[in-house]
Amino acid sequence: MSAITSPARQASSGVSARTINRIVIYGLLALFALFYLMPLFVMLVTSFKTMDEIQNGNMLALPQSPTIAPWFKAWGETCVGLTCAGIKGYFWNSIKMVVPAVLISTLLGALNGYVLTKWRFRGHTLVFAMMLFACFIPFQSVLLPMATILGSIGRFGVTLRNATGFNFGLGNSTVNLVFVHVVYGLGFTTLFFRNYYEAFPTELVKAAQVDGASFFQIFRRIMLPNSMPIFVVTVIYQFTNIWNDFLFASAYAGTGDVMPMTVALNNVVNTSTGVVEYNVNMAAAMIAALPTLLVYVVAGRYFVRGLMAGAVKG
Amino acid sequence: MSTVAETTAKLTPEHDARPSASVRTRLQDLLPKIVLAPSFAATIVFVYGFILWTIYLSFTNSKTFPSYDITGARAYQRLWRWTFESDPPSSWYTSITNMGIFGFLYILICLALGLFLAILLDQKIRGEGVLRPVYLYPMALSFIVTGVAWKWFLDPGLGLEQTLHQWGWTSFHFDWIKNKDFVIYTVVIAGVWQASGFIMAMFLAGLRGIDGEIMKAAQIDGATTFQLYRRIVIPLLRPVFLSAFIVLAHLAIKSYDLVVALTSGGPGGSAWLPSNFMYEFTFKRNEMAVGSASAVIMLMTLTAIIVPYLYSELREKPR
Repeated sequence: MSAITSPARQASSGVSARTINRIVIYGLLALFALFYLMPLFVMLVTSFKTMDEIQNGNMLALPQSPTIAPWFKAWGETCVGLTCAGIKGYFWNSIKMVVPAVLISTLLGALNGYVLTKWRFRGHTLVFAMMLFACFIPFQSVLLPMATILGSIGRFGVTLRNATGFNFGLGNSTVNLVFVHVVYGLGFTTLFFRNYYEAFPTELVKAAQVDGASFFQIFRRIMLPNSMPIFVVTVIYQFTNIWNDFLFASAYAGTGDVMPMTVALNNVVNTSTGVVEYNVNMAAAMIAALPTLLVYVVAGRYFVRGLMAGAVKG
Repeated sequence: MSTVAETTAKLTPEHDARPSASVRTRLQDLLPKIVLAPSFAATIVFVYGFILWTIYLSFTNSKTFPSYDITGARAYQRLWRWTFESDPPSSWYTSITNMGIFGFLYILICLALGLFLAILLDQKIRGEGVLRPVYLYPMALSFIVTGVAWKWFLDPGLGLEQTLHQWGWTSFHFDWIKNKDFVIYTVVIAGVWQASGFIMAMFLAGLRGIDGEIMKAAQIDGATTFQLYRRIVIPLLRPVFLSAFIVLAHLAIKSYDLVVALTSGGPGGSAWLPSNFMYEFTFKRNEMAVGSASAVIMLMTLTAIIVPYLYSELREKPR
């Protein structure tokens, strides 16, 4: 769509009105940019200040004597609950959870999307609709049964370990969370790939079929090489969602050293023993935010596409 | 959704009726369904099965542990009674009142702000490529990070109030985050901060999709800028309004983390939303049946919004 001020109107209303118009527009845009940047800015400068400066200085002032000590302290020393070994362990917990969960859910989503568009069967719309609806449920409605099931799996894991000396990952919090995120992420990944593959020329698939290519050959040789953009979109979307999840993390890995990053951060900030070290808290928050922010900076375009695809179906 | 409807010719090879069809061929025919089956089964069990399980639990008298004797709708009766217990407010009354305030303001402000910013950005702005990501980045952050940042920013002793005092505006007073009557509005502020940029991006995409010819024609007819937007552009954006509304309503009902990180529930649980109510009653107060009942109510609310929308999106559109 074109801008509102057409050439005809510019001529009649004169240059000065147009200039004022532009100044107002740019002024408003800049003001809102400040609104969006302010919390991040405050978080960032605070994380580089000494406690002394925080208590006596201005929130918006740049650090007088910048120090990265709070970052080190947040990473390696700060107390999460009762253990004081920093957030590094929890950061790795999140990584260990995110990587398999993203890969598995994305791959399954790709296969599902492939079946639902190129190997349609009667009732494919219903199957898709049921999987799609799963994206939107408030997870509170499955939280408790899942907790019960994970609990029994954990007990079974203990039995198994007693019997065989190995529990096969059953009852491991990270494994549990990977499982949960794969199950409840499938709807979105399937949605992404289904909509993408729907626009993919079916003739190509048919031709390959006539040539005798099998189901998986077609997927590997024809679909996959042409799916790069949607893979990037899906991986970013899943990564952001799973990294940022708090509800499942706090319900199934809410205490001890198995917590993912978000839960640990919430504990750091709400630990009220002794003096609250705001600079360390802010550094911890920045560390928790960095992975997703980094992805956003590097591949923002794909991130937005993912959000849109999750919002506007069709 | 149905743009490729004409290409959806039956792909599945005609089932070979001859009895000599080998097992291998039949396996090949079944393969797509076998591949889809685990995902579909997982959805059936872990989504729909678990929802039924939760519904079941809501009709028992489960406390700390699940109990499976149906004891009737007592949990719902309690919630219903609490719905009207406003003085002193029951936690459920607080939660649903907060849901109303938060949902209404969050959706309204995000839509208004998103549309406003999108229209501003659509005026051939230099530096649009810089501004857009700046408006949108909060969406990449976790609610916990957003909560931590805003908690600091809104803290009377450290944040905005303190800063303005230092700048000389000593009478400035802003302690909503510690005030039980206003704490929910701070959740609105942080929520709007996080989501409005995304809504802006949705509207901007919608604006860019409008046919320039229509605009030109209206301008030639002498429409003012305001008229142009009110009478032509905004009506054309109706589908975007709908999608944005669905996204926001869905985010609002699911909001949980933000309340926890920003307010820790607020003074006396005054910032609770139904999601917080559910979590607290189920896992902290040993009222599993009541927690389940509240989860069912949340689910039904969301279903009432989402199902008609999904139905209209997925329905085969007439050509």
